[in-house]
Amino acid sequence: MSTLDAVIGALATLRANPLRSLLTMLGIIIGVAAVMAVVAVASGARALVVGKIGNLGSNLLVISSGTITAGGLKLTTGSAMTLSEEDARALRRDIAAVEYVVPIVRGVVRLVHDDRNWSTALVGVGSDYLAAEDWSLASGRGFSASEMQSAAKVALLGQTAARRLFGDLDPVGAVVRIERVPFTVIGLLSSKGQIKGGDDQDDIIVTPLVTAKTRVLGVSVAAARAVGNIVVKVRDDRDVAAAAQRVHTVLRRQHRLGPQADDDFVVKNLAELVEVRQSAYRALTLLLGALAAVSLVVGGIGVMNIMLVSVTERTREIGIRVAVGARRRDILRQVLVESVTLALAGGVVGLLLGAATSAAIAHFAGWPTVISPDGMVLAVGCSAAVGLLFGLYPAARAAALDPIEALRYA
Amino acid sequence: MADALIETVGLCKSYRAGGGEVAAVRDVSIAIAPGEFVAIMGPSGSGKSTFMNLLGCLDRPSAGRYRLDGLDLQRFSADELAAVRSRKIGFVFQMFNLLPQVSVLANVELPMVYGGTPRHDRHARAAALVERVGLSHRIRHRPTQLSGGEQQRIAIARALANDPILLLADEPTGMLDSATAAEVMAIFQQLNRQGITIVLVTHEPDVARFARRAVFFRDGRVVDDHPVDRPLQALARSQEDAA
Repeated sequence: MSTLDAVIGALATLRANPLRSLLTMLGIIIGVAAVMAVVAVASGARALVVGKIGNLGSNLLVISSGTITAGGLKLTTGSAMTLSEEDARALRRDIAAVEYVVPIVRGVVRLVHDDRNWSTALVGVGSDYLAAEDWSLASGRGFSASEMQSAAKVALLGQTAARRLFGDLDPVGAVVRIERVPFTVIGLLSSKGQIKGGDDQDDIIVTPLVTAKTRVLGVSVAAARAVGNIVVKVRDDRDVAAAAQRVHTVLRRQHRLGPQADDDFVVKNLAELVEVRQSAYRALTLLLGALAAVSLVVGGIGVMNIMLVSVTERTREIGIRVAVGARRRDILRQVLVESVTLALAGGVVGLLLGAATSAAIAHFAGWPTVISPDGMVLAVGCSAAVGLLFGLYPAARAAALDPIEALRYA
Repeated sequence: MADALIETVGLCKSYRAGGGEVAAVRDVSIAIAPGEFVAIMGPSGSGKSTFMNLLGCLDRPSAGRYRLDGLDLQRFSADELAAVRSRKIGFVFQMFNLLPQVSVLANVELPMVYGGTPRHDRHARAAALVERVGLSHRIRHRPTQLSGGEQQRIAIARALANDPILLLADEPTGMLDSATAAEVMAIFQQLNRQGITIVLVTHEPDVARFARRAVFFRDGRVVDDHPVDRPLQALARSQEDAA
């Protein structure tokens, strides 16, 4: 008996009892649909978050001032301004793989325009900041070289800060007071969105580095060359780890740290951060998928139950088949093919239902869902495996029937 | 008898039942030559059906030897016995035993499915067999849509599917009225004339008179074995239909 004959026979049997076949499949259908929908929603969430983090730039290294130890207490990152513009220059000079090196300082400032005021993040930046961050302008222009050097009172506004101060009006050309100092807005940044934890990357005002230090933050003369962070953009994604290593070496040399001394700076690799988040969501997806898979097992038990009933009911049929020349393995195969066909058909219907459910979730709940081909293959594969596994026992029972008893069965 | 189709020597079959052994067939030695038409008779419980199951390789003897067409079946595995059933034996049952959920054609094809005949040949041969029993117009019907006589004719067509040398019929007319029974017996006689060996179990003397040899069972033993005196010739409507 060929497998094709077995499949055709199985389909005929399943068609002979459509309602029962459908009810049996229902367990598998719900199981597969649940797996599909849950995995699609979880993957959607993952893609969303990873995408947002990815906006930060996946080949960026962010170097922060390190900790100092004061009276036995280790203070937080950045508690000492250990980085300087000279460090930035050394990195640019000594590491071939870097594309941009941008020193920046940060502060929190109060903005005033007409009768509106808003508290926001100030970032004073060196040249190439927008290029390094892959950040474009919605309107206006960036800083010119002379503005960078002359501590010109010009600023770029983020979308959120602009909306707070200007509503829907274009802020380009307007004057904004930063801590009472008037600045001309020369550009409006495009939107970058939120990152997890609620930080709004668009709630920002950007000025040249020197301007921020001298006119707003009022850095003391002693720390005149100090900066808060250095952003390094590596030219090629694949060089990020190596570049991070080089940054370490160069900065330790710049800071004249002995072999035993701790780093007085921290290098953060954003690609690593993305990786960590991604694996966390992968674990979440797996967990939810496993929970949904339990329902698939329940569906499998349903298949086994019905196959056992079906084998008992068709005892006589099995006797007839044996009498006309079926071998034990033909009977075994017939029952297995039936249960796999049943489960597989349920799997395919469940797949469609799951896809429809995820689409509905995406549409009505506004929650992004991603249906991956992997998930589809997995769902169908799992249902076939369930059919095989839970068909084994009924099939073995059928094959073990005594043909004479079977033929006598009423 | 070296050239016998069926040869049993001291064939026994006993069952364990209720703490004791029940012997259904006791020490049966019989030879049936190719081309014979044998009726096995006896009251119920005489062991004739058990003997039939042994001949049909559906059951294994507790003791004794059974040779079919020169094959010593003692040491055959279950799968090898299935192959013997498939290639050499056709069964016809009292209850017809057709599969209700598939068509007449698919029922007749069934032995060929297990015998490994290619799909295309199966269709053609099954259609020819259905025509031979005069039911071509019923080929797409389900067995349940057929009368008892028609079902039994389809069962005979199925039994012939793999061109067997031996046809085993267990009370084939038990569910039929006498006119229909005569039609079925006519088909058996025609097949026997074409060279197929037939062994038929019945408890009706009227049916046994269509055969050419009668073997009587009682309490698991053969108690009488003689040729049928002037066998009846059944007039067959179906033969004319088929012609």
